[in-house]
Amino acid sequence: MRKLEFAQARWKEPLIIELSEQGKVGFHGFPTAENRENILSCVPQQVRRESPPALPEVSEVEVMRHYTRLSQQNYGVDLGIYPLGSCTMKYNPKICDVVAASHKIQELHPYQDVSTVQGILQILYEASEFLAEIVGMDKITLQPAAGAHGEYTGVMLMRAYHHDNNDFERDEIIIPDSAHGTNPASAGTAGYKVVEVPSGADGCVDREALKSAVGRKTAGFMITNPNTLGIFEREILEMAGIVHDAGGLLYYDGANLNAILSKAKPGDMGFDIVHINLHKTFATPHGGGGPGAGPVGVTRGLTEYLPVPTVEFNGTKYYLDYNRPKSIGKVRAFFGSSAIVLRAYAYILLLGKEGLETVSTVAVLNSNYMAQKLRKIRGFSLPLGEGVPRKHEFVLSASNLAKETGVSALGVAKRLLDFGFHPPTIYFPLNVEEAMMVEPTETVSKLELDAMIDAFGKISEEAYANSDVIKTSPHATTVTRIDEAKASRPKTLQLTWQMKRS
Amino acid sequence: MRQMLKEIGYDTIDAMFSDIPQTIRSKAEIVIPQKSPECEVRQHVQGLLSKNVSTCDMVSFLGAGIWPHYVPAVVDAIVSRGEFLTSYTPYQAEVSQGMLQAMFEYQSLICELTGMEVANSSMYDWSTALGEAARVAVRVTGRDQFIVPHYIHPERFSALKVFCEPVDVEVTEIAQERRTGAIDLADLRKKVSDRTAGVYLEYPSFLGFVEQNGEEIGKLVHNAGGLFVVGCEPISLGILKPPGHFGADIVVGEGQPLGSHMNFGGPLLGIFASKGDALLRQMPGRIIGRTTTQDGKRNAYCMALQTREQHIRREKATSNICTNEALLAVAASAYLSLLGPRGLADLCSIILHRTDYAIHSLQNIRGIRAPGFDAFHFMEFTVNFDGTGKKVSEVNDELLRAGIQGGLDVSRFFPELGQTALYCFTEVHARKDIEMLADRFRKILGA
Repeated sequence: MRKLEFAQARWKEPLIIELSEQGKVGFHGFPTAENRENILSCVPQQVRRESPPALPEVSEVEVMRHYTRLSQQNYGVDLGIYPLGSCTMKYNPKICDVVAASHKIQELHPYQDVSTVQGILQILYEASEFLAEIVGMDKITLQPAAGAHGEYTGVMLMRAYHHDNNDFERDEIIIPDSAHGTNPASAGTAGYKVVEVPSGADGCVDREALKSAVGRKTAGFMITNPNTLGIFEREILEMAGIVHDAGGLLYYDGANLNAILSKAKPGDMGFDIVHINLHKTFATPHGGGGPGAGPVGVTRGLTEYLPVPTVEFNGTKYYLDYNRPKSIGKVRAFFGSSAIVLRAYAYILLLGKEGLETVSTVAVLNSNYMAQKLRKIRGFSLPLGEGVPRKHEFVLSASNLAKETGVSALGVAKRLLDFGFHPPTIYFPLNVEEAMMVEPTETVSKLELDAMIDAFGKISEEAYANSDVIKTSPHATTVTRIDEAKASRPKTLQLTWQMKRS
Repeated sequence: MRQMLKEIGYDTIDAMFSDIPQTIRSKAEIVIPQKSPECEVRQHVQGLLSKNVSTCDMVSFLGAGIWPHYVPAVVDAIVSRGEFLTSYTPYQAEVSQGMLQAMFEYQSLICELTGMEVANSSMYDWSTALGEAARVAVRVTGRDQFIVPHYIHPERFSALKVFCEPVDVEVTEIAQERRTGAIDLADLRKKVSDRTAGVYLEYPSFLGFVEQNGEEIGKLVHNAGGLFVVGCEPISLGILKPPGHFGADIVVGEGQPLGSHMNFGGPLLGIFASKGDALLRQMPGRIIGRTTTQDGKRNAYCMALQTREQHIRREKATSNICTNEALLAVAASAYLSLLGPRGLADLCSIILHRTDYAIHSLQNIRGIRAPGFDAFHFMEFTVNFDGTGKKVSEVNDELLRAGIQGGLDVSRFFPELGQTALYCFTEVHARKDIEMLADRFRKILGA
């Protein structure tokens, strides 16, 4: 097996402001105005800036080198496995970026006459159709900027639906204890009370608990399936029945959609509203935190509430439909992150029907393979749902390791960095102690999986032999273990270079 | 694959999906096209895109919330680096110092530009940053009314309402003077009360004029115990007094002009900055802090104040935002660093020159009134066609036939303005483009 040795760049790169030298300008590519000083003096004194902002004064090449060095101090999917659970950090095919680098999308203004944007409207329309088919919904809005934004949109759609039916009593949203943090946050932000339902020993929502939680106050139920343990909620149809019978709607958190492409459609599980993370399942690059895109699909009964405008086709022309009187309005300015949708569209065409099915097949195979190998390593276990196959992700517990050696999930995560692997999500979901939530995705090879499994094995050995090397890890990264608490302590808080640290 | 299955004791792939109920599995087939080779995908997508007429193909005078600017090649090169592009939110700080430092620099640069103390590392766009700002004001003051100017961007207004309605926050408008566009201070005095959580000003305004009484408005709001929220277009702050210098508590804005392309509406970059300790703990979104390694030997960066956020606080979080617009924040940092104070002032001067040149070129055309407001304008101004007997839509159709995309028709949002369009002029417009527009107007209007 090829042995990876990892040492991340350590440039000790200063802040860009520390590179500043008076009088330097990095970019000279704009036309220059005659009478510059005259023009600037025409700005009314009352609104004129008294002194210029103290921005860095650096040359073009200094800017390029600064950010290139910073980039070398950053780990991405292009460098290796990135198995953050529920984040679906898969490889992003480069062709999708290539087609998005055209001025035919980059330099397109959203308010242009529709006759000049027929190409992109067709792409948005067809992407919507594909996405609707993939999740089994009737209509899609591409407006939401991210998954959580899609959730908020979805909750607003629920609200519009109930209000339109003259039902103003429903002020609760039911959410499993294992849900992503954004679910309760989205419901809470939209003014709903969150009712938490517990999961049982099988890792699935306790159906009886759900039954006693629903009622005439239930606006809806938000759940992801497979859930955050990577276990398919096999009673989903019964749960849908319980929620629907109580008059509530079912919301599908699409963060875990990568597990079920062509295996199960949320629409067939009884869901009414679905969000899709294009930056997860549909391989658009996550950009260090964003941009993403979180299109939302709905069933027929909810289409009239979707945000305006929708992209429509009348047989000859694509157009934007603003004439939707029952719409919730807009969840952001303009139509959505078109450049992200374009990448996802290219990805869907590239993979096609069989390619998407293979995505889920391989993602689930990789996940189960890794789960079965890792659970056998001393100190680790695969709690809840004994004997149940995992889907795209699984949750390992390092609680035995922590008890027996003092090495926690955090320690394992930091030590994994030394082996050149990005660690899994840790301490989530909340219903597993010392949780490590692993989502390998379909774009890692067996070689990489084995190498990472091997690293877990070595870390276990280290933990039981002499855990110092773990407790002082990471060693191979740009910086050693960071004092994160200090970053938030009032006395040491420093959030800008202008802010004095006391 | 078979070997992997065997090693973990499964006979078939299907066995790993056996827990999905048969009624669901049997319907799961996706009906979409078969896979295509990469070269065909490129051909197909480029073929569709070629039907678009971009602002490189024709002259366009659209702004109104997304503005045409030249993006320096270096900026695109930086944000195309795979290490930035394909990374996730920096949960593991030790291996993500590059992105974290870039975000810290972004926060610092935004504070410098806006005159504020703290910025988060991005929101989705201006409209959602505004919605979050209103919610912060409501939480901090415990009040339930948010006041906005009449000439607010209509899409921002709509998005704001979606943030306010579910928690019963009333959005109230203040009048603006018909002649100058200035906030009607008498009306504002009448409307602020002990119910007012915040007052919002757009600076420059949606219609391009620049409010001169920011300081007075701020005082009025503060005297009433509310927060002063200012929305801005960031390039203008190269020469305009930053909102932090006239009393803003929260600054929001659209960061797209700072090195990101228009991309038919997105992704965009929501700016969110604030002042004061009370607001810090109420801020939405990720904030990056500077700290040290545990051994104290080196400076390092990581996410700070995470107890505000959804992954910790769940339904009590200050916002539900998780994924943000980090990559566009890197672009903004690179852009502001490239320009520096001198370059930014140069850019502002060329934009002012073009704006001024356009006003002079258009205002003498018979029947046209430009600008529609008697005020200082930056980058955008309204053009009124009431005296020409033509509608904006008719004028725009004729412009389009001549290969020109006219300004945004704002008469549908503000009927009292009559037949009015919003025109935008930046460094991408050459003098000859403006002259061509004036000539075309004369031909269309027979003036």
